[in-house]
Amino acid sequence: MIALLLRDLRLAIRSGGGFGLGLAFFLILTVLVPFGVGPESQVLGRIAPGILWVGALLACLLSLDRIFALDYEDGSLDLLATAPLPLEGMTAVKALAHWLTTGLPLTLVAPLLGVLLSLPAPGYQWLLITLAVGTPALSFIGAFGAALTVGLKRGGLLLSLLVLPLYVPTLIFGAETLRRGIEGQATTTPLLLLAGITLGAIAILPFAAAAAIRINIR
Amino acid sequence: MSSLWEYANPKKFMQTSAWMLPGVSIAAGVCLIVGLVWGFFFTPDDFRQGSTVKIIYLHVPSALMAINAWLMMLVASLIWIVRRHHVSALAARAAAPVGLVMTLIALLTGAIWGQPMWGTYWAWDPRLTSFLILFLFYLGYIALWAAIDNPDTAADLTGVLCLVGSIFALLSRYAVNFWNQGLHQGASLSLDKEENISNVFFFPLLICILGFVLLFVALVLLRTRTEIRSRRLKALLARERLGA
Repeated sequence: MIALLLRDLRLAIRSGGGFGLGLAFFLILTVLVPFGVGPESQVLGRIAPGILWVGALLACLLSLDRIFALDYEDGSLDLLATAPLPLEGMTAVKALAHWLTTGLPLTLVAPLLGVLLSLPAPGYQWLLITLAVGTPALSFIGAFGAALTVGLKRGGLLLSLLVLPLYVPTLIFGAETLRRGIEGQATTTPLLLLAGITLGAIAILPFAAAAAIRINIR
Repeated sequence: MSSLWEYANPKKFMQTSAWMLPGVSIAAGVCLIVGLVWGFFFTPDDFRQGSTVKIIYLHVPSALMAINAWLMMLVASLIWIVRRHHVSALAARAAAPVGLVMTLIALLTGAIWGQPMWGTYWAWDPRLTSFLILFLFYLGYIALWAAIDNPDTAADLTGVLCLVGSIFALLSRYAVNFWNQGLHQGASLSLDKEENISNVFFFPLLICILGFVLLFVALVLLRTRTEIRSRRLKALLARERLGA
């Protein structure tokens, strides 16, 4: 499992682009928003939590189809399927690798972009916390979507159509926690619910993703 | 002793649905005509809402069926995944567009009703929002069916999507409650409540609901029959090509 994780990380970092692309997208998105809504820092500060969460979500979506597609094309997915490691473990490791190469960097960069959007001061710690808790769910849900569409020629667009509705609860609780954190309200409930979604996704979705991969490569 | 599983045999299903379909269709038509005419022309106007209240005869039944269609797809997908009856998978496939249209009707009639009552076509109310999300789920489900060539693979993958999607649809339903307070009224109809809407509106509404249920059954039967026929046609063509 660790070997597979290291291999995936190495591939993601070395194979040109995939790693930094999500981050660059996130940056461009946050730069574009002020052009769209105007530079007043009050307006920006108000919508910053939502923009940052939606941006992180979309940046995550960008790299989803790479989770399984490359391995499917060159046949290593068949090898992995016949390896002693159960397919469920394989999908979980792949989702984890995706999180380490997108979710984690996004979380770490987000406060810097928060400055661009004049995020209110108490928001920075909550931005870090909610993204750190929430982005694993995005990766695991996304891995399930990628497993569903791995056999398709042009699955990218379909993948986003399938995955985005699944992202709704994560986005709601993530952005809600952040908003409450900024306004100084109690954040425990939405934060716990967000953590619940993440843990549930980690517990259940590798099985669903493995089932989908089995169907796709038979 | 006949059981439900007999209808897993496409031939048996075709036979039974052939004589059921005309009856169900006619019953659906009669119920809809009676219910809608009664509702539109022979019920009084609501004292606060005026005549706009009458859109209830389309709005409530279609919203009800939009959810029940997804439930039916969930059950059919489960049967396909567990027992691998092709008719079941095809029925799930046949129900999806019907459910999509029901969702759309509920959203549109709701918008038309919302404009005079709330002063807006659309508000980010939990019920409205969860219906919009349901609409997206239907879209994704149908798109996945359409995208995969191999019918068995498609049935399997959409089945898995339907199971996982149901969990997340339910989750979204309660998440949006958390996210925004509602403009929409609570349930107008329930079995355990003393006070439903007034009887004057209640009986035509009940007939309309029955009409929508029958309409849904008729459409799903018809579409499943079409799917089975097109599957047979494909097999026939393939056999001919091999024979020639």
